[in-house]
Parts: sequence; C-alpha cells; structure tokens
Amino acid sequence: MQRNPQLNAKGELQHLLSIEGLPREVLVQILDTAESFAGVTEREVKKVPILRGKSVFNLFFEPSTRTRTTFEIAAKRLSADVINLNIAVSSQSKGESLLDTVANLSAMQADIFVVRHGSSGAPYLIARHVKPHEHVVNAGDGRHAHPTQGLLDLFTIRHYKQDFTRLTVAVVGDVLHSRVARSLIHGLTTLGAPEVRVIGPQTLLPSGVESLGVRVFHDMRAGLKDCDVVVMLRLQSERMGGALLPSAQEYFKNYGLTAEKLRLARPDAIVMHPGPMNRGVEIDSTVADGPHSVILPQVTFGIAVRMAVMSIVAGN
Amino acid sequence: MKLPDAEKLCEQLAAELRPRIDAKSAMIGLYTGGAWLAERLHKLLDMKSPLGLMDIAFYRDDYHAQGLHHDPKRTRIPFDVNGRDLLLVDDVLYTGRTVRAAMNELFDYGRPGSISLVVLADRGGRELPICAQHCGARVEVPAGMRLRLTRADDGRLALALEPSRAA
Repeated sequence: MQRNPQLNAKGELQHLLSIEGLPREVLVQILDTAESFAGVTEREVKKVPILRGKSVFNLFFEPSTRTRTTFEIAAKRLSADVINLNIAVSSQSKGESLLDTVANLSAMQADIFVVRHGSSGAPYLIARHVKPHEHVVNAGDGRHAHPTQGLLDLFTIRHYKQDFTRLTVAVVGDVLHSRVARSLIHGLTTLGAPEVRVIGPQTLLPSGVESLGVRVFHDMRAGLKDCDVVVMLRLQSERMGGALLPSAQEYFKNYGLTAEKLRLARPDAIVMHPGPMNRGVEIDSTVADGPHSVILPQVTFGIAVRMAVMSIVAGN
Repeated sequence: MKLPDAEKLCEQLAAELRPRIDAKSAMIGLYTGGAWLAERLHKLLDMKSPLGLMDIAFYRDDYHAQGLHHDPKRTRIPFDVNGRDLLLVDDVLYTGRTVRAAMNELFDYGRPGSISLVVLADRGGRELPICAQHCGARVEVPAGMRLRLTRADDGRLALALEPSRAA
C-alpha cells in the first residue's frame, strides 16, 4: 500500500498538502494546537521561540495577499526567518523549472516551503523531491486544495459552534472552481458533521459532487433552511460572461446572500467567506458587515492555524 | 517503595506559603500536574487574584528532537504579571528545564516583581541552576522511572512512579 505522502512512517504530519486523506486525530491535533496559539496572538508579545533558526520560504507562483501575509505573520510569530518570493515575476519568467527553483532554495537552507501554485498537484511534486528535514505546506494549488483555509474554516466553526456532530453546514456558490470548498467538505465529513449541503447552479457544481457525501440544492432558499453555518464562496469574475453564468446581477438574485435569505437559516447561524469578497455579487453588504458575519475573525484565526501547521510539520 | 502522601504535602505547603501571601501575590500552575496542585493551593490559600495556568509546549528546549507535544493547552494568565510576586507551581522538580521554559514564557507577559518556585516533590537530577523555594518532599527515584502527580475522579492527589517514556 502506498503511504500517504503527507505523513511520515510514524503517521505524523510531515507536509500539509490536502485535508483529504488526513486522519481525524491529525485534524484535531492541528485545531487544538491552533487553540493554544490563539492565546499567544492575544498577548502583548505575540511571539514564541519555537522555530528560531528555521527558514520559511513563501513560494507564491500565483498572486495572493491575505494568504501570503498571514503565512508571513504566522512564521514570524514562531520566530522563523521568512523569505517571500514572488515567482511569477522572477525565475519562472526566465524559464527555470519548478524543481530547479526549489533545489536552489533548498541550497539556501530552507526548512519549510509554503507553496501557492496554479497547477493542481504542484506541492505534491515538490514534497516528493525535498530533503527529509524540509517540509511543504500547500497554500492553494489550482482547483485542487487549500488546506490551511479549510482548517481555519473548521477552526472558526468549532470556535462558534463547539461540536461538529450536530451541525448543518451549507457551502454556497462556485464549488466547481473552488479549492476552498473541496478542502472544507473533506474536513467537515472527517470531523463528523452530519449534514453538509452545497448550493449553486448546475453549471458551478462539479459533476458527481454527491460522492463527497453532500446534499445538493439548486434552490438557495431550500438549501439555507435551518443551517447553522453558511459558507459563501467567491464568484471569480473570470467565470462571468462565459457559458457558465448569464450576469452578476442574475447570480446575485439567485445565489447572493441577503439578510432576507439568511433569515431562513437558524437564528444563531454564522456566515463565513474565504475572501476576497465581491459585495453585491455573492454577498450583500448588510450580511457581510452584519451580526452573523464572522468573516474578519476567520482572518485572525488563520494566523493561529498556520502557526499550528508550521510548528507541527517542522517538528516531525 | 513508599511515596509520600500528596494530600498531606499539599496541606504542609499551604501552611508554609500562607504567611507569604499578600496583595501582590499571584499563582501560576504548569500543566498538567502543576495545574492540579496550583488549583488546590489557590483554594486552600483563598487567594484573591485569579489562578494562572501555563503550558510551556512552545518554549521547550527539546522541540528539535521531539517535535511539538500532541495536546498543548492554552496558557491563560488572567492578571497583569508586571510587578507581581509570582508563585510558580509544578508537581515534580527534576532537570529544571520545564522551569526554565516557564520563566521564558512568563517574561513574554511582562516583568514580574519576583518568581518563587513551589513544588510538591524534588527528585534531584538538576541540569540547570534552578532550585525550589518551597518543596513538599525530597524523593529518591530509581533510574528509568518517572515520578508524577495523579488526580483521581474525586479530586484526590497522589504521587505515582511509572517507567519513563524516554527510557
């Protein structure tokens, strides 16, 4: 049997590539560790010495502000040295291959590679070629996975709702192109959420999405009924105007989250969004800034979750 | 081998500490055994400031060899440590490395007026220049064994010997 490429021989997390295939104990370990780090981020000195002397290379082959910044803050709070590389405008444009880029950075004594790449599977390729003491954390690969976003979503849900085993969670919008949705759905089913729903137009849901263990709704009102958690996905503007969708206005009418539609969910429901938001496309401003929204706490929790992931992998 | 009665040692430590407690005193227990002992002493001494609880996982000096401990607890220090006379409480004093880590973590919360170390048992074997100001008992521990505090369902504390994990 082939070993899970994320785990070492002792079953410990060596790289974080995807939530899919991670055992429940590892997910819980990450969330519990993040809980301890959340305490650190509330102190006046928001730094611990655990990764002193380690180097974290942020390798972003695709643009990102939030994810790259929160990884950078997380690494600095662990006392690591952080090197940011915006590869889109450097080596790759000179024709260097992905593995050559990584080999060069490895020669500069890297310990952790945080990788964002447009091609699904790129972090796996890197993880197969790094040295035993080097670790890879996937910061989003193509349409495949965005595990730290999924983990911070799980952390946020646990923070507000405590127990997964009684929750109804709806994921709304462009599931087809969303690596966030995939990571979150795997995490929720692994942690025992009894009902995960996906809501969206046929054209934006992957075929066979039911096989992930979710209920499918094309009518948003029916799908939101009695939900505890509503996760809105970003509608990527490049999907607009093509064959998939008629217009932003039309989309908002059917699948945009308004205060009126949110009333169908439970009165204490929380609303999440991985960002960046398109106000007036997938979410109305009154909801995004309203009392149910936990969108900004998600960003703060993201730092603690990334601290947990980096400190766990670097120690294994 | 007979171990001292932890319940009696708690009473004894509380009696020893009582004259030292004033408005500037505060107590911090180290997870897990030290937290149990601190909860007990804090109650016996009827201290006014809330109890702090600390997990030193992010300050350990064996991270590079051992990795991160699996179940770190969240450190909660619900008072300002600046200028306070702190009683740092742990169950067993051995190499002194845990206390070193705890002091490093404490200084990331501020500058205490003073820190005194309170332990239920001292088993010797120090690897750092650290000693306890208040110690319940000295206990000889055979090589390869670990001395730890246990807490029963009814809250009773007891010392126990078990094979060391590293051995």
